[in-house]
Amino acid sequence: MARALDLMSEDEPFYGHKACAGCGASLAVRTALKVLGDRAIAILPAGCMSAVGFNFPQLAFGTNAMISMFGGTASLMSGVAAGMERLGEDACVVGFAGDGGTADIGIQALSGAIDRGDDVLYICYDNEAYMNTGIQKSSLTPYGAVTTTTPIDAEGKATRTQKKDMLQIVAAMGVPYAATASIGYLDDFATKVERASHIRGPRYLHVLAPCPTGWGTETDVTVELAKEAVDCGLWYLAEVVDDTWSISRRPKEFSDIRTYLGAQSRFSHLQETDFVLLEEHRDHLWEQLEGHAQDAC
Amino acid sequence: MSTEFLSGDEAFAEGVRLARPDVISAYPITPQTVVVERLSEMVADGSLDATYLHVESEHSALSAAIGASTTGVRTFTATSSQGLLYMAEGLTYASGGGFPIVMMNANRSTALPWNIYGDQRDALSLLDHGWIQAYAVDAQEALDLALMAYRIAEDERVMTPFMVNLDGFALTHTYETVEVPTQEDADRFLPPYQTTNRFDLEHPVSIGFSAGPDTNDIFKYREHERMMQVFDVLPQAEEEFAEVFGRRYPGVVDPYRCDDAEFVIITLGTVAGLVHDVVDRLREAGTKVGCLRLRYLRPFPTEALVEALDDAKAVAVLEKDISFGHTGTVFADVSTALQGAHLDLEAYNFIGGLGGRDINAADIETIFTTLQRGDTDTLHFLGMGA
Repeated sequence: MARALDLMSEDEPFYGHKACAGCGASLAVRTALKVLGDRAIAILPAGCMSAVGFNFPQLAFGTNAMISMFGGTASLMSGVAAGMERLGEDACVVGFAGDGGTADIGIQALSGAIDRGDDVLYICYDNEAYMNTGIQKSSLTPYGAVTTTTPIDAEGKATRTQKKDMLQIVAAMGVPYAATASIGYLDDFATKVERASHIRGPRYLHVLAPCPTGWGTETDVTVELAKEAVDCGLWYLAEVVDDTWSISRRPKEFSDIRTYLGAQSRFSHLQETDFVLLEEHRDHLWEQLEGHAQDAC
Repeated sequence: MSTEFLSGDEAFAEGVRLARPDVISAYPITPQTVVVERLSEMVADGSLDATYLHVESEHSALSAAIGASTTGVRTFTATSSQGLLYMAEGLTYASGGGFPIVMMNANRSTALPWNIYGDQRDALSLLDHGWIQAYAVDAQEALDLALMAYRIAEDERVMTPFMVNLDGFALTHTYETVEVPTQEDADRFLPPYQTTNRFDLEHPVSIGFSAGPDTNDIFKYREHERMMQVFDVLPQAEEEFAEVFGRRYPGVVDPYRCDDAEFVIITLGTVAGLVHDVVDRLREAGTKVGCLRLRYLRPFPTEALVEALDDAKAVAVLEKDISFGHTGTVFADVSTALQGAHLDLEAYNFIGGLGGRDINAADIETIFTTLQRGDTDTLHFLGMGA
């Protein structure tokens, strides 16, 4: 079977943007738009990808595109989808919002679009903090990470909360398609975008996209790091189709999270107790995932 | 045409139905609710062919309306008070993007103290967000403004969203006889919306983007210019309106017995009806008084206002609004207009009707008495013993 990556358009629908070197999110946007092709209408709220792609007169989108209100990605998409349906035009309304734009300020509008069953494909590119504004904590910032609003405190701790699990949240709201992905496994991501594009209704894709600037890594390790996140189990690849869960990649044995975390300066202060806590959280999450997947058998 | 007994909200809903919007997205809030209930019924019974989006907030109501407008279809939303404030972020997206969305706002007090009754703080506090703002005096004008709003907003020279304001309860919930036009006449007056400011699958566009310091002012200047086009577009539209429907509107302001008036109350919304009654009575007693109702607050009708005050010695701006720490918002705008025209007259500001408090004939008489007598204080609060 041909790989989704090989079937992508040769056109460059996201080109000439101003993203940082090694940006994972721009790879996710570029890949998704290449899969979706000319039917795509891209909606982006305030965030990295709109900040780097919409600088008049240097407009980087080859598809229809618009910047939305920060918390209004999904609601704007709903309006576009309703309008295109009225006109009888077969568009694919796709949103690209960051972790803060999705799990924090945008979650209400996302919930509304899901409730209405609107025909929209929502993609969250997760770089685990408000990177565009200078690395501030979001609810998808993982435990332990240093951000500019969670500096190391008197007790030697930085972010004290665990990362929200958006896939379980969205799946609980009831959608025909939801999945997680990582730009480290780009073919899996492209396949999921392709699959989602053939389904009607609210669809949700959550793609992990490392950020060298915010994570404190070299610019040439982004893809490797995104693989490592999956291999060590701190990020997972799964798919929920009509309430049926499946795990897309199940590492036989998790690699050491210390390798993944140790490559990023935002975690350089972590101590053994922190690693243990993160492993416990990971294992708990995987128990939940295996439970969902078991239910599906 | 049919004559019906309708509330302001119901009349406005009839006007929206006649305008044939494609997408309606709205969130309920008192006293706007009746208009969205009627529109929902019309969509449900098939008398209005539109998509109704049940959004989860006012923020999303406007956001979805903007989204629908980006596809080039006609859109409608409605709100009030805190709901309008909650969607405020979207107001500048709609105006800056040139999306001719029409919104009905039921003027209502803003919290705190929490209050569901009518005043005009909600919309007047948002005059600077780039929307055309009109204020209706009765249910007939409310219905007519629904049609006029689309006609003006969608004019290719204007391309600016339009907020029609109805005084909460005083207008939204008061029943009057209203002439409801036929669909045929409405279609004659309001052609289908056509625009190039939309997504196009054949020729993709970025239609909302960022513009830095080098170019931002160009977009803002054009936004201002589009709004100012209302002064050119409105007279022709009102002329055609009169031809089609037989009702003639007076433009951006509605002067009543102002021709030789020495003392004029400048106001907006439903309270103008009461002022007219008092003007009639005082005129019979030989006092040269008048009323100037501002129908449009944006664009601000500077020229028409100055012209109507030719013979005035003193004016009072009566408004259900206060910009805390200053004066009423309308008074500030009127003062700017008067100063620009170098008119030699005394100007006073009367704040009343806050949170729905009744303004009665005695209040209006007090205002006219103050104008004749003169006063050392510019700012007065009705009903507060001031």
